[in-house]
Amino acid sequence: MERFFQYAISGLSTGAVYALVALGLVLIYRSTRILNFAHGDVTTAGTFVAFTLLAFNVPFVVAAVLALLFGAVLAMAFYFSILVPAQRRDATQLGQIILTLGLGLILQGLIAYFGGTEPQSFPFPLSEYTIYKVGGIIVSQLSLGTLAAGLIAAFLFYLLVQRTRLGLAMRATSENLPAAQTLGIPTRRILALSWGLAAVLGILAGLFLAPALLLDPFFMLEPFLKGFAAAILGGLNSLPGAIVGGLILGVAEALTGGFVSIAFKNTLAFVVIIVVLLLRPEGLLGEEFKERV
Amino acid sequence: MDLIESYREELQLIRKPWTRVWVGGLVLALILLPLYCPEATVYVATIICIYAIGVQGQNLLIGYTGQISFGQAGFLAIGAFTFGHLARLGLPWPACLLAAGVAAGLFGIIVGFPSLRLKGPYLAIATMGFGIAVYQVLVNSELLSGGRMGLSVPKIDPLFGLSRITFNYYFNLAIALLFTLVSYNIISSYMGRAFIAVRDNDIAAEVIGVNLTHYKLLSFAISSFYTGIQGGLYALLIGYLEPNMFTFMESITLFVAVIVGGLASIEGAIMGAAFVILVPQFFSAYKEMVPVVYGTAIIVLLIFQPLGFAGIWMKTRLYLRNWPFR
Repeated sequence: MERFFQYAISGLSTGAVYALVALGLVLIYRSTRILNFAHGDVTTAGTFVAFTLLAFNVPFVVAAVLALLFGAVLAMAFYFSILVPAQRRDATQLGQIILTLGLGLILQGLIAYFGGTEPQSFPFPLSEYTIYKVGGIIVSQLSLGTLAAGLIAAFLFYLLVQRTRLGLAMRATSENLPAAQTLGIPTRRILALSWGLAAVLGILAGLFLAPALLLDPFFMLEPFLKGFAAAILGGLNSLPGAIVGGLILGVAEALTGGFVSIAFKNTLAFVVIIVVLLLRPEGLLGEEFKERV
Repeated sequence: MDLIESYREELQLIRKPWTRVWVGGLVLALILLPLYCPEATVYVATIICIYAIGVQGQNLLIGYTGQISFGQAGFLAIGAFTFGHLARLGLPWPACLLAAGVAAGLFGIIVGFPSLRLKGPYLAIATMGFGIAVYQVLVNSELLSGGRMGLSVPKIDPLFGLSRITFNYYFNLAIALLFTLVSYNIISSYMGRAFIAVRDNDIAAEVIGVNLTHYKLLSFAISSFYTGIQGGLYALLIGYLEPNMFTFMESITLFVAVIVGGLASIEGAIMGAAFVILVPQFFSAYKEMVPVVYGTAIIVLLIFQPLGFAGIWMKTRLYLRNWPFR
């Protein structure tokens, strides 16, 4: 039983990261119906910015904030300079998804060129080796911090979406774009803001992941794909679903790794994707999606 | 672009006499390639031939049937490893190649089942999940992947006294030409029309009498059959297999080839295959820049020329045909 809780708690902290990644994906999907394949690469770019700033002895908090800002600006620039012109030329939904893939490829190449492909260790104020022992369960400072950061970010995000005028505008835009426009909501600015916010959430996840993994241009690929799985599990158009899906996936992975086989741990996410899509494509908390002629 | 007056004309592979001339010239130039090119070029051309098969298959799926797939590397791996294992058991290569295609095709049908319920983005994720799951299974199973040393595949000995590189080139060129011919025939037959109908509006297609389940699965099966053949030929050429040849990046590369070459165009598929092979060759000194070129090509083409290279090619042909009038 103690082992169970041990795995569950470490799974929860990984799950918090997946939840943050999934939140970013869901935020964009539900407002623009675009799957953001560049999400992982934007996150990596942001984390590399933080890494570079830290190398110049910039205090950690400043570096992190600048990295988050960089990601937000990058995502908004992509929205305004590539997606909007493409939409003006009647790009299909699939075409727009492919555009994000193109952005991802470009970022990936640039990061590898400027950042180098060697894995580097990421300096972080919280340590993986400082551990706390609570009733026989061992928790490292880093994973506790990750869990806290994930939950706080998710809570702040919830407040933003549900309790502010801006959140109301975001919800209206994702619910019905033409109606929101008619009511005078600046939908383009709101959508750009959604892209920026999604990048911020992703980079936050990246900053907490980088010290646990080693930093290289592809370090976000796997967490990004797991975030996808989490988003699918919770429902691609449901924000609470992303959090629930992320936490469930993290715990399920840790338990599979601990009790079944460590080799099967990484495959689980992809099995989850396929099974969920076959049995319940709308996910756990997503709304029923119907096809109308 | 052409005015077609009869059904017979529609079924014709080549309609204009001049097209016959330049297509004949092109094929002749390809056949004579080893005579006037260094061996390195011939080798690159061989790889382009192999890739052209798989990209054509994926174009049948993405371009003609409108079903997106991000999991081609999975089919590629299944084809390659099927070929490798059977060839090691001592089966003759035609049997191995056929088995590679069929094995990938069967998995294609399995992956095709979600496509009956899922659309667009959801299907993209499901196929992506499949591709990565295949990779992970291979990485974790030494029995399938041949262990840490990889799986070595017996090569076939060159015939007719040709050098190995020249022989490989002719061998793969012949198969690629055969598959190109088959693709043209598929798209101008009932099957191809059904694919296009499914892409344009699946519900309307079903109303007209296209069996949706049948044709969606068929499209997946054919496309993954092509990809399986590509995998088998690749295994035969390289003579060595390891799971890291079939990462998510490989799926993306094949996908880029389809988009850059042009959706719903066989010539486009061949040009796209040439693109994704030639870019890493030209940028071999700046390997990190290859994805940048791919990404930029995708973005620029999708915004300014959604039909890809095939669209540019078609416009050039139209311009030349009417020259000097516009």
